[in-house]
Amino acid sequence: MIEALFFYLFAAVMLGAGLMVVVSRNPVFSVLFLILAFFNAAGLFVLIGAEFIAMLLVVVYVGAVAVLFLFVVMMLDINFAEMRAGFQKYLPIGLVVGGILVFELVAAMYGDAFSGATLPAATEISNTRALGNVLYTKYMYLFQVAGLILLVAMIGAISLTMRRRSGVRRQVIAEQNMRRREDSVEIVDVPVGASARTVATVPPSKRER
Amino acid sequence: MDLIMNSYVIELAWIVGKIMLVVGPLLIAVAYLTLAERRVIGFMQLRKGPNVVGPFGMFQPFADALKLMAKETILPAGANKVVFMFAPMLTFILALVAWAVIPFGEGLVIADINVGILYLFAISSLGVYGVIMAGWASNSKYAFLGALRSAAQMVSYEVSMGLVIINVLICVGSLNLTAIVEAQRGMWFALPLLPMFIVFFISTLAETNRAPFDLPEGESELVAGYFVEYSSMSFALFFLGEYANMILMSGMTTVLFLGGWLPPFDIWPLNLVPGPIWFILKVMLLLFVFLWVRATTPRYRYDQLMRLGWKIFLPFSLIWVVLTSGFLLWTDNLPAVMAG
Repeated sequence: MIEALFFYLFAAVMLGAGLMVVVSRNPVFSVLFLILAFFNAAGLFVLIGAEFIAMLLVVVYVGAVAVLFLFVVMMLDINFAEMRAGFQKYLPIGLVVGGILVFELVAAMYGDAFSGATLPAATEISNTRALGNVLYTKYMYLFQVAGLILLVAMIGAISLTMRRRSGVRRQVIAEQNMRRREDSVEIVDVPVGASARTVATVPPSKRER
Repeated sequence: MDLIMNSYVIELAWIVGKIMLVVGPLLIAVAYLTLAERRVIGFMQLRKGPNVVGPFGMFQPFADALKLMAKETILPAGANKVVFMFAPMLTFILALVAWAVIPFGEGLVIADINVGILYLFAISSLGVYGVIMAGWASNSKYAFLGALRSAAQMVSYEVSMGLVIINVLICVGSLNLTAIVEAQRGMWFALPLLPMFIVFFISTLAETNRAPFDLPEGESELVAGYFVEYSSMSFALFFLGEYANMILMSGMTTVLFLGGWLPPFDIWPLNLVPGPIWFILKVMLLLFVFLWVRATTPRYRYDQLMRLGWKIFLPFSLIWVVLTSGFLLWTDNLPAVMAG
């Protein structure tokens, strides 16, 4: 009974939050509602005994991805009126994409995509171990390919955004550590009454006043 | 039906009681940590610190709490009211809920869940939201700059913290915190994984926004960073949250590296002392180091902070993951997978 209550609570809040993501006027609120939706999805995962995936959802999506979303949305100066102007124009495309997703979901649920798989009972084997067992054996190559794709995306992002600017003084720690006293300081014997010209070998900043 | 309802009610009351048993002492510990900080730093700087209210200044935290409660809560005119008030609450709640999985002694834990360490990691990675939301909702330049700094800093140091945790997990073979402590019966992980212990401790300093990484609230540039606009109890919640987080991070370090509730050596006079006492002593030692570092190190510059996190800690802890797993495989010491 308690499980059912929590299921409906999580599901209802998640659907409500999902709706608010779309209809919120302020994009910052959209992201905050998205985070709420993630949380409730994690709650649903816990209810079906998949606590590892639930924690992963919170760590990866809420702890890292949504932080960057929020970061970007807060930094952007968005003109809301302009954003809404194209609504009518983009509505058909949005409906088509949404329709395809709904169709695929229904097909997967009622088709035979999952019927061949037998899920082990949640108490029989801990799901961290169960995931590891198939991820590093049966799906080894797919797992490696997924990692490779992420690596390529990372390198791509770095190479797209990195630019070398001239005239920027950077701190090179190694250079600072390599510096010796002899490189920067010189002690000169100044005879009494010597003119400024004779001590010109000393850099101006080090010269005695 | 009545019987079922009754058993639910009894169980609920038992859980609430356990939560009270953790949260009550925790809040008192937070109060005395603020006093300890002022006293310890005072002595390190050859001052006395607050010593007037009560014997040795023991009532100072309560005087401060009363003062904060009596003050007016100010809502800035340009602030986003809902998010502005929600941010300190979130910070404080997150600092408390993480304690659900920390084992204080053998079996002395509110929720002994399979993925305990992931839960801790998830909760600590959420702390950044309180900061970002506070900075954005305040509608003030200083607060926003502080929040941006903090977000970048916490996300950066989380990465190396995650890799350090992986090092420990490879040695344990379980995500359960009780199992992690039990695995240290022979030797605390602080010894074989000493470099990781140091990296982890420094990362916790950055994660809790403490000196020398307290740039988000660097008062010489940003006044008080993300909580400039807060006053009264909403300020107090941020303050309590920060100190509760310090204690939490020390508890996490204790569980991962200092053998949790285990005595240093399993010999006669030491193993008479109950486990929770050892746990508290270790946490207090780590907290003292937190204060010690604050009193003795100057603040990092922001680019140096990022360099340390991304260019030194991240590759270093990644190499240690490879080294640890390679060593365990070579010596055939990889742990048998436990339930977890």
